[in-house]
Amino acid sequence: MSDPVTPLNGASFQGFVTVTETAPQGMITLRGDLAAAALRDAVLAVAGADLPDMGRIVINGSRGCAWMSPDEALLLLPRADVPDALAQLATALEGSHHLAVDVSDARAMFRLEGAGLRDVLAKLTPADVSPAGLAPFTLRRSRLAQVAAAFWLTDQQAAHVICFRSVAQYVFDLLSTSARKGSEPELFDS
Amino acid sequence: MSTRLATGGRLIDRGAPRRFTFNGKALRGFQGDTLASALLAGDQMLVGRSFKYHRPRGIVASGAEEPNALVNLGLSDRFEPNQRVTTTELFEGLTATSQNHWPSLDFDIGAINTHLSRFLPAGFYYKMFIHPRSFWKHVYEPVIRKSAGLGQAPSERDADRYEHLHARFDLVVVGGGIAGLQAARIAAEGGQSILLMEQTAHWGGRAPVDGDEIDGQPAQAWIDATIAALEAMPNVTLRLRCMGAGVYDHGYLLAYERLADHQPQADMPRHRLWRIRAGRIVTATGAIERPLSFAGNDIPGVMLASAVRDFIVNYAVSPGDRVVVVTNNDDAYRTALAVKRAGLDVPCIIDARPAGGGALMEQARQQGIRVETGKGIAAVQGGKRVTGITLCQQAGEGAVIDSIDCDVVAMSGGWSPVVHLWSHCGGKLTWDDPRACFIPDPNRPPTGADGSAFVASAGAASGALTAAEALADAARAIDPTKSASAAQAAPSDEAPLMPVWIMPHGAGAKLRAKMWLDFQNDVKVSDVQLAAQEGYESVEHAKRYTTLGMATDQGKLSNINGLAVLSGALAAPIPQVGTTTFRPPYTPISMGAIAGEARGEIFQPLRRSPMHQWHAENHAHWEPVGHWRRPYCYRRPGESIEGAVSREVNATRDSLGLLDASTLGKILVKGPDAGRFVDMMYTNMMSNLAPGKCRYGLMCSENGFLMDDGVVARIDDDTWLCHTTTGGAEHVHAHMEEFLQTEWWDWKVYTANLTEQYAQIAVVGPKARAVLERLGGMDLSKDSLPFMHWTEGTLAGLPVRVFRISFSGELSFEIAVPAGHGRALWDRLLEAGAEFNVTPYGTEALHIMRAEKGFIMIGDETDGTVIPQDLNLNWAISKKKDDFIGKRAHQRSHMQDPTRWKLVGLETLDGSVLPDGAYATASGTNANGQKHTQGRVTSTYHSPTLGHGIAMGLVLNGPDRMGEVLDFPRTDGTIVQARITDPVFFDKDGAKQNV
Repeated sequence: MSDPVTPLNGASFQGFVTVTETAPQGMITLRGDLAAAALRDAVLAVAGADLPDMGRIVINGSRGCAWMSPDEALLLLPRADVPDALAQLATALEGSHHLAVDVSDARAMFRLEGAGLRDVLAKLTPADVSPAGLAPFTLRRSRLAQVAAAFWLTDQQAAHVICFRSVAQYVFDLLSTSARKGSEPELFDS
Repeated sequence: MSTRLATGGRLIDRGAPRRFTFNGKALRGFQGDTLASALLAGDQMLVGRSFKYHRPRGIVASGAEEPNALVNLGLSDRFEPNQRVTTTELFEGLTATSQNHWPSLDFDIGAINTHLSRFLPAGFYYKMFIHPRSFWKHVYEPVIRKSAGLGQAPSERDADRYEHLHARFDLVVVGGGIAGLQAARIAAEGGQSILLMEQTAHWGGRAPVDGDEIDGQPAQAWIDATIAALEAMPNVTLRLRCMGAGVYDHGYLLAYERLADHQPQADMPRHRLWRIRAGRIVTATGAIERPLSFAGNDIPGVMLASAVRDFIVNYAVSPGDRVVVVTNNDDAYRTALAVKRAGLDVPCIIDARPAGGGALMEQARQQGIRVETGKGIAAVQGGKRVTGITLCQQAGEGAVIDSIDCDVVAMSGGWSPVVHLWSHCGGKLTWDDPRACFIPDPNRPPTGADGSAFVASAGAASGALTAAEALADAARAIDPTKSASAAQAAPSDEAPLMPVWIMPHGAGAKLRAKMWLDFQNDVKVSDVQLAAQEGYESVEHAKRYTTLGMATDQGKLSNINGLAVLSGALAAPIPQVGTTTFRPPYTPISMGAIAGEARGEIFQPLRRSPMHQWHAENHAHWEPVGHWRRPYCYRRPGESIEGAVSREVNATRDSLGLLDASTLGKILVKGPDAGRFVDMMYTNMMSNLAPGKCRYGLMCSENGFLMDDGVVARIDDDTWLCHTTTGGAEHVHAHMEEFLQTEWWDWKVYTANLTEQYAQIAVVGPKARAVLERLGGMDLSKDSLPFMHWTEGTLAGLPVRVFRISFSGELSFEIAVPAGHGRALWDRLLEAGAEFNVTPYGTEALHIMRAEKGFIMIGDETDGTVIPQDLNLNWAISKKKDDFIGKRAHQRSHMQDPTRWKLVGLETLDGSVLPDGAYATASGTNANGQKHTQGRVTSTYHSPTLGHGIAMGLVLNGPDRMGEVLDFPRTDGTIVQARITDPVFFDKDGAKQNV
């Protein structure tokens, strides 16, 4: 089987922030009773991390888990592990109402690197991206210009952006335009 | 003449000359000049023509309120009309041209209007051009359009880029004069996040020009120290060239930052639109000086007193050697003194107040300036330039006492606080009698969601016009307890202002017809009085009738004077007449700033399928479907669109076609109650579908109208996969979630929109199975995978789900593959299909093939008023189910009406293609004299398969009228006849798909 391709083949842009499309990422949407012990245990087993609190994401090496809504979590894991993980979830959650589905190909992911990344985001999203409003590992589901997107910081100099696959080029172009040198708003000192 | 003074100019750098042109004339200025000051330094007082009478217009003001001096700025892709010279910073190579004249600024044929002005009063256009009715559109409007308008529209694509910036602050202070600085400084001590913005390129506002002293030092020193202190505070953000444009609900504030207007070659966005959520807003927006209404007050050389002072002090520009000052308040004396200090002459100060002014008047007299109290200007002499004035008693009718030669008249009718931002979101005003101006009423502020004020005014914007008052007011706006410790200025000894709305008070009709209120739109005192006389009592009506304040300056100078004249004419007090509405933006902002980054490639999100690149490389002729771009057809070099479509249809019917169907919606529905749920969503029964099987389903809105359709596949016991139309995916998903979250919140169902997870390829045609066998990996024989079944497996080494469904009447498989493998599968199919003349086809071939089979298309056969029964889809409406969304609506009498138009096929007698949307006429006419109709075309194509036109349509009693011929008038008046047929035109028995 040939390797899956990301929509932009790892495109990159160097501005006052660097924008890079990241490698294929395994992702599972899990809907269910997030308070249930069985579900939480299954998440830990598959994502290598405890289900985080509202609005947060936890990363543990190549795996992680994000709180998406009161009944939805996003599990991150190596892409090759997705089929096994789905089987594992099916077994662990058998008999309890849930939905677990592979969404690895439905998304595009970008990495933002540089001190000005909050400035880049602030040009595109109405969400509060100040250090107080967007601490590292807070997952913000919002929009970038005209499309839905989610983003989180891993530290003050690096962030991840997830959007739908079909608008990968649009989001890459948005981020690149906003990161062009000479347009630094210097709103946030990070 | 106006000229540059030998010394002085606090804002210019004489070491940095800047060249520019005005109407092609080469001129020079300095770094720090505005275009206004540089023009005046070059003796260019005449800068434009007015809108209606094409009167000569000179620079009146020195800031954002300038009504006259609008120019076309820049060239070609940086051309922009209606730019105010007073707010345009000079840069090397600037080019400007004047507006609204023909053939030239100095000689303008349109100026004949000024001699016709007695025939062009307020309301002239309304009265004159209404008769005869049809003349407006065909005669009057085209001619008027040609002679109207200020600047020209740009003809090239804007070279610059723009952006938005979202920001949040606890406090935003709009205005960087001393009040704004004071407010920011006090508030910043508390640690809250603060944005302080100033629309000009300099902090401090008028205070340095006016010679104020703060805390015992010159204003400039205090300003510098305060800015330095604020810059050092991490919680404070400072922005120059940033204007508060509008205040909206919930503390939303738009600000307009002009980053590169003064450095157009810089590689940076030209404008940035700040979209701010502010906890609290302080409007320290200052005040605007009012003109006085005397005859000839629009002649170039008549300027605001404060502007004359600004040009001398800030830019070392003398607007003229002899400056007559005319005033009703003490502040204008500062201009007289500044003129004197610059070594120029003040022949006279004309003070309308019988008792004159206070300490400043004494100072002026000590300087030997002639001061005439209780006097006014009878008329200004001059044409394109002031040459002198005649003096009269203010209380009289304008009998001339004396005449005085001069080059400039510096006028001051008092000051109006800039209350715009305060008013945008509901802040009310109150009339301040002593200062004769509207001020923000602190008891009726704009209020937020919690009912408390979120805007406060500070300084001159509150009516606190002197430095001492302004600083105290700004401190009060932030924290009344801090006023004592905050910066202070010594109180000034000024005599009260006397309201003067007409000069002289008893001026007759002849003088009043020469007193301009709105310089840009040519509205005079006489026009407003005429409006009042004709019954326009409401200030809003009078404004629109006279066009007072409707020009690009939005009446910054004319508003108060105009409504005061109106109030006089109506004999009603000014507060009772009230103001017109203050609307954002404060001054015009660029279209580019509003668009932000959304231009060119990122004007709109373009959704691309995993095979998009291949389509683009293979001559796709695109069709927008929602935000997707789908190939309409693949147009080979030299091929027509029609030719490409026919080729694609024929190749598919003959052998093998491929369609990128990735854009179809794919919604997973799972849970113990999922069967019950899909039964409610669809008109037909879905719960009894066996795993492994597919069923075509219809979805109705609550009102029973057909909303979407698609194939539903049962994945396992509690999972259904619902395919939707391309345009319906998000909407259908939202529709499902809405019902799950509001109506059936206790049902155990989860949905997930997997539209983008899968690429989907329709493999269509007699060779469809053969090509899949070439790829290898799955048994897709008729017995293993019958029609309307699906299966999972591996094709060409890729994980796939294969649906045996057909939208074309051909043997057909739709293959879903994870999107990351979509292009790979597409490429494999092209390779393996080469021997079968594999032909990718676009949406038009898809539409034609479905129409040949009589399949309906959402959006063609449906338009939001069509129910499934209209389309003879009763077979897909379950009679066994208790309920489904739309069922109740189908019981309504109108839905049950047997005369509802129903779907039929239509074939033209001559084989031509029926016009899309054409109506079939019936005998007789309706009340409007229009022909009765009895049907309409919903889809129409040339069928390459059948070699003639085919169509579907909705026709009265259609299914009962097979073989009847209907008349369809074309837009050119001719009629095309078509016979009613079965909508299935091709392979009625389905032999081709069942192989």
